[in-house]
Parts: sequence; C-alpha cells; structure tokens
Amino acid sequence: MHTEAAAAPSRLAHHFPDMKTQEHAARMGMWLFLSTEILLFAVLFTAYALYRFLFPVGFEEASRLAHVAMGATNTVVLITSSLTVALAIHYARQGENRKVVGLLAVTILFGVTFMVLKGFEYHHHWVDGQLPGRFYSYSGLQGPGVSMYFALYFLMTGLHGLHVLIGMGLLGWVAWRATRNEFGPGYSTPVELSGLYWHLVDLIWIFLFPLLYLL
Amino acid sequence: MSPSPASSPAYQTPNYLNAVKGVGSWLTTLDHKRIGVMYLVLTVLSFFLGGVFALLLRIELVTPGPTIMDAMTYNRMFTLHGVIMIFLFMIPAIPGIFGNFFIPLMIGAQDVAFPRINLLSVYLYLAGAAIAVWGMIQGGTDTGWTFYTPYSTTTVTTVAPVLLGAFILGMGSIVTGLNFIVTVHTMRAPGVTWMRLPLFVWAMYATSVIQVLATPVLGMTLLLVAFERVFGFGIFDPARGGDPILFQHLFWFYSHPAVYIMILPAMGVVSEVVQTFSRKNMFGYKAVAFSSLGIAFVGFFVWGHHLFTSGQSTFASGVFGVLSMFVGLFTAIKVFNWTATMYQGAIQVSAPFVYFMGFLYFLVFGGLTGIALSTVSLDVHWQDTYFVVAHFHFIMVGGTIMAFLAGLHYWWPKMFGRMYSERWALAAAVLVIVGFNATFIPQFLLGNMGMPRRYYSYPEQFWPLNVASTAGASLLGLGFTIVLVYLVVSLVKGRVSGPNPWNSRGYEWNTPSPPEAQNFPETPVHDRGPHEYQDGPAAEVKHAH
Repeated sequence: MHTEAAAAPSRLAHHFPDMKTQEHAARMGMWLFLSTEILLFAVLFTAYALYRFLFPVGFEEASRLAHVAMGATNTVVLITSSLTVALAIHYARQGENRKVVGLLAVTILFGVTFMVLKGFEYHHHWVDGQLPGRFYSYSGLQGPGVSMYFALYFLMTGLHGLHVLIGMGLLGWVAWRATRNEFGPGYSTPVELSGLYWHLVDLIWIFLFPLLYLL
Repeated sequence: MSPSPASSPAYQTPNYLNAVKGVGSWLTTLDHKRIGVMYLVLTVLSFFLGGVFALLLRIELVTPGPTIMDAMTYNRMFTLHGVIMIFLFMIPAIPGIFGNFFIPLMIGAQDVAFPRINLLSVYLYLAGAAIAVWGMIQGGTDTGWTFYTPYSTTTVTTVAPVLLGAFILGMGSIVTGLNFIVTVHTMRAPGVTWMRLPLFVWAMYATSVIQVLATPVLGMTLLLVAFERVFGFGIFDPARGGDPILFQHLFWFYSHPAVYIMILPAMGVVSEVVQTFSRKNMFGYKAVAFSSLGIAFVGFFVWGHHLFTSGQSTFASGVFGVLSMFVGLFTAIKVFNWTATMYQGAIQVSAPFVYFMGFLYFLVFGGLTGIALSTVSLDVHWQDTYFVVAHFHFIMVGGTIMAFLAGLHYWWPKMFGRMYSERWALAAAVLVIVGFNATFIPQFLLGNMGMPRRYYSYPEQFWPLNVASTAGASLLGLGFTIVLVYLVVSLVKGRVSGPNPWNSRGYEWNTPSPPEAQNFPETPVHDRGPHEYQDGPAAEVKHAH
C-alpha cells in the first residue's frame, strides 16, 4: 500500500509548481467542461421551447404517452445516486477508501437501474410506433407536433442516457483507483470531479423529467 | 528580480526541436511548442488546399458562362473553400500555432495546464479534417459552409461526413479554448499579473471564452442536421412541423461569435507586433485588453444580423443592428490605440510591420463596411451579394491573414532560430497586399451593382470587374506561394537569428531561440510589464545577441 507521503510527489505533473495549483487547474477545467455540456443540451431545450410553443396541444397529448411511473422511479433513483456520490467524495477526503468503493458501486448500480428502466420505456415506445419524425406510426394519437415531441424525447433522453453511461465509466475508473487506496486528505480530486460530472447528469434529468413527462 | 536572460548559462540543454528525435516523438509529444509546430504544418496545408479551390473558383468566374467546371462542381467547390478555410484554417490557425507556442512562454509557464488534452486537440483536428475530406471525395457538399436547412437536409450530395467532421473539429476547438482559459488563470509566473499580461494573451483569453461557450451549440446543431438527413427526424423540416429558421438562429449563435474567434487572435498578434516595431508601450493597454473582452461579450448578441431578410421582426432586426455596431465601437478603440502607439515611435519598417499596416487598412475598410451592413435598410439591398463576400474577406483575409503573416514573420526566428530573407519578405508582402485589394475591391463594386454571391454565371456587364478580381486573386496566390518558399528555404539556409533579432521586450523573447524543451530552467519572476521600452534600459535584452 502506498503511503500518502510517498505517493503525493508522483502525482504532481512537471509543469505545475505545486499540487494546490494543479488541483485548482483541474477543478476549473471541469467546471468549464460542464458549462460546455450545458450549452450542448441548451440547443435541445431551445428547440423544445420553440416547438412546445408552436404545438401546445400536440406536445401535451404526446407527453401523456410517456411512462410516468418509470420516469418518476428513475428520478428518485438518480437523486439518491447523487447522495451516494456526495458521500463517496466525503469519505475520499477522509481516506476511507473502502467506503468510497462501496458507495461508488452503489452509485453505478443506480445508474444501471436507470438505464434498464429507460430501456423498458424505449422498448414500449418502439413497439407502439411512438418514434421520431418519419418513423412515427402510432394510430392512437395523430396530429401536428406529436412526432416532433418524440424526436425531441429521444434526442434529449438519448443524449442524457449517453452521459449516464459515460458517468458510470468515470465512476468505475475512480472506484478502481479507490481499491488501490489512492485517495486521502491530500488527494481526492478525481473523486470530486467525476462526482461533479455525475451531479450535472442528475441535474439535467431533473429538468428533463417535468418537461417530457409531466407538462 | 528579472527572468534569466536568454544568454544565461542556465540555458544549455538542447532546444525543443532537437531534444528528442524521430516521427514517434512528434506524434506523442506533450510539448506545447511542438504541438504549435504541428498545427502550423496542418493549418498551412489546409490553407493552400482552400486557396487552390479559391483560385479555381475565380478561374471559373473569368467568363460569364461555363469556363472550366460545371455548375454542380462549382457549388461543391465554394462549399469546400468555405469549410476548409473556416474550420481548418481560420479558427484553429492562430490559437493552435501561436497560442500553443507562446501563451506558456509569455506567462512564464512550463506548459499549458492540460498537455495531454492539448495533444488530443491535434488528433481531433486530424480526425475531423480526415472525415470532412473523405466526405468531399465521396461526392462533396453543395450547401455552402452554412449548411442552411431545408436545402442541406434534402440535397443529393454527401453532407453528413462534412457535418460530422465539423463537429469533431469543434470539439478540438473547445478543448483548446478550455486549456488556454485554465492556463491563463492558474499558471502565470510570479509578477505576471493580469495587468501585465501580454496583449496577445488577453486576446487569446477572450477568444477562448467564445470557443468554449459557443462551439457546443454549433456541435449540437450540426448533429441535428445530420440526424435529420440520416433518420428523417424532422427537427428542421417544415413538412413535419419543423422550423428551418430555428436552424439559422442556432447556427449563427455559434457562427457569428466564431468570426471573433477568427479576428480576436489576429488583433492580439498585431498588438505585439506594433509595440515591438514602434519600440513603444501600447498607448492604452487596458483599453486594448478590455475591448477584447468587450468584443467577445457583445459578439454573443449580434447573431440576428444574419436574419434581416429571414422574416425576423423589424424590431428585433433593429436591436441586432445596433448591437452589431457595438463591435465597431470596440474595434475602433483598438485601432486608435494601435495608431497612437506608432506616434513618435522609432518605427522599423520590416515585413511584420508591413503586414501590420496592411492589417490596419483592411480592418478599417472591412469594419466600416460591416457597420454599413448592420444597418438594416442598407443590408436588405446588399444581402447575399458580393458586397457581403468582399466585406468578410476584408476582415478574414485582409485582417486575420495579414495578422497571421505578421505573427509568422515576427515569431519565425523565435520558433526556428533562423531569419528569412527580408528582401523577399517585403516583396511578397507588397504583392499580397496589392493582390488582395485587386481581388476584393471589384467584388464590393459587383455586390453594389447587385451581383449575388454563389452564382455560377452572371450577366455580361459584370464581366470586366470579375476579370479584375481573378487577376488580383492570382497575384494573391503568387504572393502566398513566395512566402511559403522563402520560409521553407530559411529553415535550411537562413541566417541564425540569435535569441532576439528584433530587440523585442515581449516576455517570450527572454528565452533562447528556438526555446529549449523545458521552457525555463527556473520559474521566471517578472518585475516589469511586457514591452516597456521607455522606462529605462532592459538589461536582459541588451545582453542578448
């Protein structure tokens, strides 16, 4: 097992004067990256706002086809996973790496649960022909804006799902590092930064859920 | 305490070009200087490819009817010219080359904050360029670089690979910008305060903010067009309730700020050049520094001036028009400061300075026509004519490329330790500036007479001015080729320049030329601003030889 003192110098890249600067840079880079993520989604939110405005009835009726129970369960799952990630960061700072591994594993399991439920939702929409644009073939609901709702539904939740998968990968990598006892009071930035990413993914879902399922 | 002078015995290690050898050492390098050189090679290749397309277009337009290609080829060619020049040259060139090479040297850092992400940006560039070029070979795109819907979602040409290529290039641009912002915030050496930051770094900082905040929007928008083409999602398709105007808004929300991604770095370069060759401090340092941020800020609120004739409300058009004029205001602040910097300076007329003069003239000319174009009532007449083409070429070619050449000549000895032939450089500079005027002044006249852009043929009365424009373009092409030749020759035969051939007091000149693999043997500590020529002798510069 590495001791903190032995491991710390090797983590300092040659071009930084000290760990404090290096971590400041890493944290700032992550926040900037998250702002680009928000702008990426902002395009879809803008499109949603425009088409909701153009087709209020079509969007309202189409959103009744969304599977609210599964969506609500997923919301609870993701919000809880934010708690487990926050706890993992807390224990990483204290050097309790075994708890970090456990909490991150639970977080990843929540992520898997989310994706499985999302998969069921997609499957139902697929079977019913509730699909984007020219693939829309559901006879139960026709009218202007309905296929546009599903175009945006699949684009927004699809992009979000991709981010959940990436987040799970990040957390898995950090958990693997925690099994090697890498984190402690002097070094916990990777846990923190992947936690930040995970929170952002949750936050986006908190906007997606009411817009796509409830309104 | 001042930084170690370039002649200090502390500098005795091999320079960054020789430190490690072999192609593999370049492909895996994390050294910001080598990454800058890789960008130099790649963007210059792209520039000449885009330039060849431009010349072919001009040859086609020598006669009113068909000359050397059919109409479809012509459409593909102006698209490729635009895509290559904008996404593969204008946006990445100055940040990729000079930003990478000089920001760490200027702020006294050993590298950028994230060297691996920096290398990633080169590979994103290569991947994006490869996919886009592959798309061109597969049949090419005829939409123009703007990819307007619904044409771009219905044309039979190959659009998706070019969209994907531009998306990946955008990712490269984002990580470059992100890297620079973090570098400037966290890695400045002791004494390099924000108010001592070289003006090139200020300009690059403002550019990076735009790159980070605007590019994701373009990325998503291009993906939506690709989804629409490949899967028929209908987001921009009126037949399925989609709104093509939404595309224009989203596209210009990036692409208008993107023109400031192209011009702000150029403004940074000339701020350095004018100080060195006038041997004066910048007349109004803060004004020039903050006007860069001003342009970056207001640049986000002007995109609607591309939609004056798209059915936008008159009120919105008026607001966007007035906001656009603010860009002229900030630019004018810079122009007056550059001019005042020359006043009573000990001006040294050399190639970089000649390009600076060219830049100033083209920027003012292009900028004033920009103010005219942002006036709604005038724009309705000029919309989609050659007047617009000439306007943005004045800014982009006349502004950005003049500054690019100024910077390339100014920093060439710094980057490679060799001097180019000054005589050839002056001759080429004159040729480029004359050729540029001859190419684009006729296009202003043509546009004002009503000749639309992107047309394959034109009425007989436009013929003489088109011939003049093509003649100018050939001079321009010749000039650029001469520059390429003598610069390459100078790498082998050029006189060894010594650390600081211009006696510049820019921070980056405090190192040997070319710099060593490790920028500074010890962290430099600065006790004066860059380019302080008037405040007493600068010992470290005089010792340099």
